[in-house]
Amino acid sequence: MKKTISVLVVSTFCYIVFAQTVSKDQMQRGKTVFETYCLTCHQEDGTGVPKLNPPLIKTSYVTGDKRKIITWVLSGTTEKIEIDGEYYSNNMPPQNYLKDQEIADVLTYIRNSFGNKSSAISATDVKNVRATMK
Amino acid sequence: MKKIILLPAILFVAFINRSCANFGNDTINAVKTIGADESNLVLPQGFNAVAFAKGLGEARHITVTPNGLVYVKLSKLKDGKGTYVFNDNNSDGISDATKGFGNFTGTGIAVKNGYLYASSDFDVYRYKLNEKFEVIDPEKPEKIVTGLLNRHQHEAKAIALDNDGNIYVNIGAYSNSCQERDRTKGSMGKNPCPILDSAGGIWKFKANQLNQTYGDGVRYATGLRNVVGLDWNNETNSLFVMQHGRDQLHDLFPDLYTTKQSAELPAECMYELHQGSDCGWPYIYYDWQQKKKMLNPEYGGDGVKTSGENAQEPVAAFPGHMGPNGLLFYTGNMFPEKYKHGAFIAFHGSWNRSPEPQKGYFIAFVPFKDGKPSGDWEVFADNFAGGEAFMQPGKAKHRPCGLAQGPDGSLYVSDDAGGTIYKITYTGGK
Ligand code: HEC
Repeated sequence: MKKTISVLVVSTFCYIVFAQTVSKDQMQRGKTVFETYCLTCHQEDGTGVPKLNPPLIKTSYVTGDKRKIITWVLSGTTEKIEIDGEYYSNNMPPQNYLKDQEIADVLTYIRNSFGNKSSAISATDVKNVRATMK
Repeated sequence: MKKIILLPAILFVAFINRSCANFGNDTINAVKTIGADESNLVLPQGFNAVAFAKGLGEARHITVTPNGLVYVKLSKLKDGKGTYVFNDNNSDGISDATKGFGNFTGTGIAVKNGYLYASSDFDVYRYKLNEKFEVIDPEKPEKIVTGLLNRHQHEAKAIALDNDGNIYVNIGAYSNSCQERDRTKGSMGKNPCPILDSAGGIWKFKANQLNQTYGDGVRYATGLRNVVGLDWNNETNSLFVMQHGRDQLHDLFPDLYTTKQSAELPAECMYELHQGSDCGWPYIYYDWQQKKKMLNPEYGGDGVKTSGENAQEPVAAFPGHMGPNGLLFYTGNMFPEKYKHGAFIAFHGSWNRSPEPQKGYFIAFVPFKDGKPSGDWEVFADNFAGGEAFMQPGKAKHRPCGLAQGPDGSLYVSDDAGGTIYKITYTGGK
């Protein structure tokens, strides 16, 4: 009983935080960035392309640590890197030409679409990571 | 219209299949078989398809021996094995015996002169066969070619053999268009493209010499971005290949190409190769609508400028991104006359066409006469993906990849998404 109540309290709290941080505007902007720069490879519904481009659905990168996903998207990769037990043979180009705000928007969009639910990412988060990469 | 005409024939076939209790569910045809977990192939009138084998996972290329053994190469191990052999002992059209061997994954597979050849993404191996075309020592293949480049893109080493003791191996370019930074907007093409010295072409090796590497073979043809479907044409005595054309014209150059042009224009080309052939990658792409070799935008192209005067002309060209992964020249007697000497092409299916619907996921046919195409291409076997307007490659139930001809003239198709081996036969009158 006590457990149920605390779960309820926590989830309500999460809901409020979530509702506050992921704004409709940011989601809309993020969708536009996604469609312009990511859709071809990762596909409209984030399912990716088998063996070539990974899905963006509940992967450890998408739902995990902010810093990890920001670093990934800024630097891209030409290495063969395991993603949740699978390998993908395409290269991901670095997305560092995008502005901090655009990266924050697209990552927030990904983290809250295709069945994902993770915290929003801000332009400051991106700026901080970018500074450590130079 | 096609379907309506087909219906009576199909109902009859479906009825016959019902009476073979064990295999009724495996029969695939233009009408849905109740309870079948397959997508239903759509075939021309008089043709019939069955699932010869199932559950293979990523079945890449396939070859059939003169006595009907079917060898399949997998790109993901199944029960720890990378190559499988099937036999249909009771000749009912469906495999009833199978065995896996070999611990490496890959794409290429072929039988020639008493050997089974199979490739990983780095090497080519061979196994000696006995007089029944069975592998004598499955645990000890000989390494024919080794140390081929595999750099995280276009890694499949597809193979074909000629009648003079040579084996041809595709070494795909580890790049889309040889940009300074692959697939990156604003990055221009390297000139000359350094990839071409060791990839982006077809290399020729001896079929019976062990441990060959780059220095032992010759670069047979260059300027080929990536080839997965290839076949030796015994009529012309030459190698034909299907090139995977370039991706992402719009993503990389949105001011020069619309999404629609990007989806359609850069053709998937068929080339007939000879020693020294240059097909022009990365400097050009082939626009199948204008029938012109176009300068790639990474090298200053703008969608109008042509280039590649010395690059070879394709013998046939298809809409963009359909992914030709299998090529087979038909020499059998089972199919109607128009198919003789013609080319079947397995189009694995596109991903690089969004926001346009995806395309491919079918087998095409090109009629040939005297070693040249004698008419337009057409869809032969359709609906592998199992959907209507098709947007997401990840949702395709089946994707055709390899093709082989059985001793009776039937056509075998391997599928690396659903892991089915289809056998297509002709049952109509001639
Ligand atoms: C040219 C194709 C391509 C484009 C364009 C592209 N990606 Fe990727 N992406 C890939 C590939 C390929 C990988 C995996 C690379 C590997 O495994 O080595 C990847 C991996 C990822 C990952 C981590 C793995 C996962 O599945 O969670 C994220 C997150 C990601 N991409 C986000 C993006 C975003 C956001 C954009 C647009 C701003 C984008 N990608 C554009 C091809 C692409």
